[in-house]
Amino acid sequence: MLLPVAALLAKASSGGTSAFWREVSNPEALAAIKLTLAVSAIVVVVNAIFGTLIAWVLVRDEFPGKSVVNALIDLPFALPTIVAGIVLLALYGKGSPVGVDVAFTRASIALALLFVTLPFVVRSVQPVLLELDRSMEEAAASLGAGPLTVLRRIVLPSLTPAIVSGVALSFARAVGEYGSLVLITGELPFKTEVGSVYVFGQISNENLPAAAAVSVVLLLAALAVLGALTLVSRWRSKHVL
Amino acid sequence: MSYSSQGAVGLSPTRAMKLSVRTLALSYLALLLVAPVGMIFYHTFEGGLGPVWSAVSAPNAVHAFWLSLEIVAIAVPLNTVFGIGIALLLERGRFRGKALLGMLIDLPFAISPVVVGLALVLVYGKTGWLGNWLAGHGIQVIFSVPGIVIATAVVSLPFVARETIPVLRELGTDSEQAAATLGASWRQTFWRVTLPGIRWGVVYGVVLTTARALGEFGAVSIVSGRIEGQTQTLPLYVQDRFENFDSTGAYTAAVVLALLALGTLLAMNLLTRRTRARKAL
Repeated sequence: MLLPVAALLAKASSGGTSAFWREVSNPEALAAIKLTLAVSAIVVVVNAIFGTLIAWVLVRDEFPGKSVVNALIDLPFALPTIVAGIVLLALYGKGSPVGVDVAFTRASIALALLFVTLPFVVRSVQPVLLELDRSMEEAAASLGAGPLTVLRRIVLPSLTPAIVSGVALSFARAVGEYGSLVLITGELPFKTEVGSVYVFGQISNENLPAAAAVSVVLLLAALAVLGALTLVSRWRSKHVL
Repeated sequence: MSYSSQGAVGLSPTRAMKLSVRTLALSYLALLLVAPVGMIFYHTFEGGLGPVWSAVSAPNAVHAFWLSLEIVAIAVPLNTVFGIGIALLLERGRFRGKALLGMLIDLPFAISPVVVGLALVLVYGKTGWLGNWLAGHGIQVIFSVPGIVIATAVVSLPFVARETIPVLRELGTDSEQAAATLGASWRQTFWRVTLPGIRWGVVYGVVLTTARALGEFGAVSIVSGRIEGQTQTLPLYVQDRFENFDSTGAYTAAVVLALLALGTLLAMNLLTRRTRARKAL
């Protein structure tokens, strides 16, 4: 593990800082990095909202087939990423039976990333919601608070750390995702080419310094978000509890 | 939710909210998850079983299937032993740099599979750090099976350790100390006390490792060279068939992988249920 990462850092810095910047600021590389970060940011916001909703339904609601739905949440983790891509393409690609064709558009990147990162927020919010003491909500309701006020003032604040942690994990995953994007995005430079796809292309062209430089940027983006998460949770456990 | 039924006619606001949230959440899951996966099952079996059978028995498909199983059979036991070792080290050991090691173990979760592939090429490839030495000894790693095994092992590295550490922590050291006091060697203690205590955590980790190892695409795509009938694993075969406009071949292989994934899901659920039942006792 250490050796490959060291080799990667060595390659990225082999030409000095100026060479590194030249590779990263290459227009195509820059476009790919920006696109990756932008789409990942959109995807994690959608994840935060729908992930929390799904977790809420799985914990607080009762309906037939709930245990099946609960089991299905992990499907994106179990399904190979290339299969995720092909599956989405079958329904939302060319010749779509529902008339929605997102193939080779930027929307397809978001769709694929939403699919593969679905479990993160659900699975981090669910246990917290399960442990949440409901007497506070009942007290607030009996004091005249409407359901929305209870949600906003009592439920959401206790769920925020879990949502943030799920968001950070989905972001790290989204930034590095490759397999599910290969078939559905068409890998068009400046349009649907994300960072990992750019790196793959540069490896195929044997342009290893460029691949290494963009890899390091992607790695740093993921590590920065995960590092911030660790710091925040450490700070919280010191100051809140 | 009886507290808000303040004489409302028909649906109370809470009930209406609950229903709409349920509808929203389930529709999202249906559109994103269930319908697409169902669609490819439908597409695969649309033309009857004949084309499916010939797609499954195509020589390259069969080779890719067995290659994938071979990779799993090597990488998973490797990661299981390593994962248990690391978990014991992190949970029972005391040494400098323990926190650093813990972070290092989780690193594959933060790194793109493509970047893992690149890093391996930089070490084991033709122009890589160990490239000359390996070539001198007649060992080929990149573009051959050893490279695929290493790539698979790296991306699925954290699972066993991750699942074992919390179980190990919960287990505590009481029974291990008792065994040691009664004269058991560390080996006896491990086999008779520790391992039986953590076995379900380990099994859960193994299930996750297997699913990830079977499906790994990005890293394997780079280090394997994607040589048909030689280094093409099942996920790579899916891509190859799809890009060659053989949708039946691609869908069939994808369905085989999806079925394996559903099996994994089932195993995960049975295991969580077992753990929960045990905790309730």
